[in-house]
Amino acid sequence: MSGAEAAGAPTGEPPCGFLSTTPAGVITGANATLLSWTGHRAEDLVGRRFSALLTAGGRIYHDTHYAPLLVMSGEVKAVALEILRADGSVLPVLVNAVLDRDGEGEPRGIRVAVFDASDRRSYERELLIAKRQAEESEARAVDLARTLQRTFIPPVPPTIPHLEIAAGYRPAGRGDEVGGDFYDAFQVGNTWLIVLGDVSGKGVDAAVVTTLVRHTVRALAVHSTLPSEILTGLNRVLLDHETDRFCTLVIMSLGRTGGHWSLTTSTGGHPLPVLVRDGRSGGIGGPGSLVGAFDDPEFVDATVELAVHDRVVLFTDGVTEGRDGDQYYGEDRLHRLLRTPSQDAAELAHAVVDDAVDFQGDLPRDDIAVVVLRVPPTD
Amino acid sequence: MEVTARFNVVETGDRDAQPMLFAHGFGCDQNMWRFVAPRFAEEFRVVCFDHAGAGGSIAAYDVERHASLEGYAEDVLDICTELGLQDVVFVGHSVSAMIGVLAQVRDPGRFSRLVLVGPSPRYVDDGDYVGGFTAADIDGLLDSLASNYLGWSSQMAPLIMGNPERPELGEELTTSFCRTDPDIAQRFARATFLSDNRADLPKVSVPTLVLQSREDAIAPLEVGGYVAAAIPDCELVVLDAVGHCPNLSAPEQTVAAIERFLHEGPSRVRS
Repeated sequence: MSGAEAAGAPTGEPPCGFLSTTPAGVITGANATLLSWTGHRAEDLVGRRFSALLTAGGRIYHDTHYAPLLVMSGEVKAVALEILRADGSVLPVLVNAVLDRDGEGEPRGIRVAVFDASDRRSYERELLIAKRQAEESEARAVDLARTLQRTFIPPVPPTIPHLEIAAGYRPAGRGDEVGGDFYDAFQVGNTWLIVLGDVSGKGVDAAVVTTLVRHTVRALAVHSTLPSEILTGLNRVLLDHETDRFCTLVIMSLGRTGGHWSLTTSTGGHPLPVLVRDGRSGGIGGPGSLVGAFDDPEFVDATVELAVHDRVVLFTDGVTEGRDGDQYYGEDRLHRLLRTPSQDAAELAHAVVDDAVDFQGDLPRDDIAVVVLRVPPTD
Repeated sequence: MEVTARFNVVETGDRDAQPMLFAHGFGCDQNMWRFVAPRFAEEFRVVCFDHAGAGGSIAAYDVERHASLEGYAEDVLDICTELGLQDVVFVGHSVSAMIGVLAQVRDPGRFSRLVLVGPSPRYVDDGDYVGGFTAADIDGLLDSLASNYLGWSSQMAPLIMGNPERPELGEELTTSFCRTDPDIAQRFARATFLSDNRADLPKVSVPTLVLQSREDAIAPLEVGGYVAAAIPDCELVVLDAVGHCPNLSAPEQTVAAIERFLHEGPSRVRS
C-alpha cells in the first residue's frame, strides 16, 4: 500500500461491503456487512467469481467496462451494478475497486468496496425517467413546430401554364421553432395570386396569426383580386382580431391576355419584389403600410407587363437582413445575385436561399422565404 | 475529415509489411489491444483504430449508419481502402469479430486471415441455439448502461475528443478509457447484443482462428465452438483464461496463439 497514511486504525465492522478477489476476480474473502446485505454465506461466496454475483446485464457491463478499466488504470470508482442476493432479489450497489500489484508490478489481487445504493438508485431512476420525458417532450415540440411550419407553404409548388414558378424556404436556426414566414400561390378565375409575407414574432402565437393571414387572403381574393384591396381587407381583419401582431407582405396578381403576362402588385411594409430584365434589376411599385398596425393604411398597386425571360423575385427580410458579424447581407448583394444571367426559376430560388444561408454560417437567425417567377421563352 | 483522423487510426510497425488491423470490442477503445498489438509491430504493419462513437472517434458516429454492425463493417472497409491495406490480417475482439466477418464477406479479396477473439454470432438464445442471454438480460444491460450515465457528463466528450492520441497510459487514459456517450453506448449495445450473424459464418472464405477463454460469461465456450464449426476453414483455440478479455487478462497466450496461427495456419483439432 502506498499513498496517504491512515490516521490511526479504525475499529469495528465497516458500514460497507468489502470483498477481496484474485486478479481473475475469484472471491477470496467477504466481510460480514456484505454477507448480511446479500444473504450469501461466506463458504458460498469464496471461490466464485465476483461477476457471477451480478445480474446478467451487470455481468456484461463488468466484462466490457469494469474489468478492462481496472486492468488499465488500476481502479474503478462508483460503478453502478446490481448484486443478486441469495433469495434471488436484487441489491443495487455502487462499487469501488482497486487492483493491487506486487513489487514486480504483477497483479496480486483486487479489493472491492460495495455500497448499498437502493435509495439512491430509485432516485436516479426517477431522474432518468424525467430526463427521458423531457427529451421526448422536446422532440415532440420540435416535431410540432416542423409540422406547423409546413402548413405555411404549399405542399408542392403550383404549376402555372406559361410561367415558371419556384420557391425556396428555410426556417430559422435548426427549424425547432416556428417562425412567421409564409407564401402561397393560388388561382381565382383566370387570375393567379402570389402571396409572400412575414408575421412578426415566433412561436405558437405567431403561427396562429400566420395561418389566419394565409386563409384571410384566400377568402378576400374571392371578392377582389386587386392586391391593394386584399391588403386593406386583411388590415381590417387583423385589427379586429385579438392579436396585436402585425405582418408584412407582398400580394401579386397575374393575368394573361393576348399571350402576355400582366402583373399587378401591392406591398404592405415589406421589401419590394424585384424585377430582373435584361441584366438590370429594380423594385416593383412603392412601399405600403405595415398590415394590421394602422387604422388608415396606404396600399398602392403597380402594374408591369412582363416580357419573355423576365424574372420576378419576392423575398422576406430573412434574406437581406441576414448577418455575418456586423455585416448585413443587404439588397446590393441580392441584386447582384439576381442579375446572374440565364438561370431558371428553380435554380435562382435555390441560389438565393443557399447564398443567404451560407452568408450566415449555415444557421440563419430568421426565416428565409423566396418565390421566383420567370417568363419562359414563347412556346 | 480523412478516414484516419475520423477513426483515430494509429499505425506502428513496418509500413511496407503485411497489415494487421486490430478492432476493439463493445465498451472501450483501441487501448484494449495495447498488450497484444505492439508485439506484432516487428513483422507487420500494425493498424489500430477506435470504432465510431468510441475513444477518439466520437464524431464519426452516425445514428443511422451505426444502427447495425453492417455500418461498422463499412467503416473497416473504408479504413482499408484509405490506407491501401491489402492481404489484411483482421483481429477482432468481441463484437468486432462479427464486424470482421461481415467485412470479409463483403470484400473477400481484401483479407487474408481472420482472428476472432471471443466471438459470438448471436447473444440471445434462440430455440436450440444457446447464446447465453435472454432478451430480458439485454434489457438489463441497457439499464446498467443507463445507471452508469452518471459516470458521464457533457464535459466528457470534448475532453475525450481533445485527446485523440492518448499515447501514454496515464491520467488521460483513465479519464477517457471505457467512457462512452451513454446514448451511443446504448445504441451500440443494441446493435451488438441484438445482432444475429449466424448465417454469415459459412460465407467466410479465409483461414480463421477463434480464440476463446475457457470461462467467458459473454461468449461462452459453446458459442466459440459454434463459430468454429460454422466457418469453413477455422480453428478453435481455447485459452486458459477467464473473462471476456483475454487480450487484457492473458496477453501472452493470446499473442502466442495468434503468432502460431499466422505462421502455421489453422489446424482443425486444437484446444
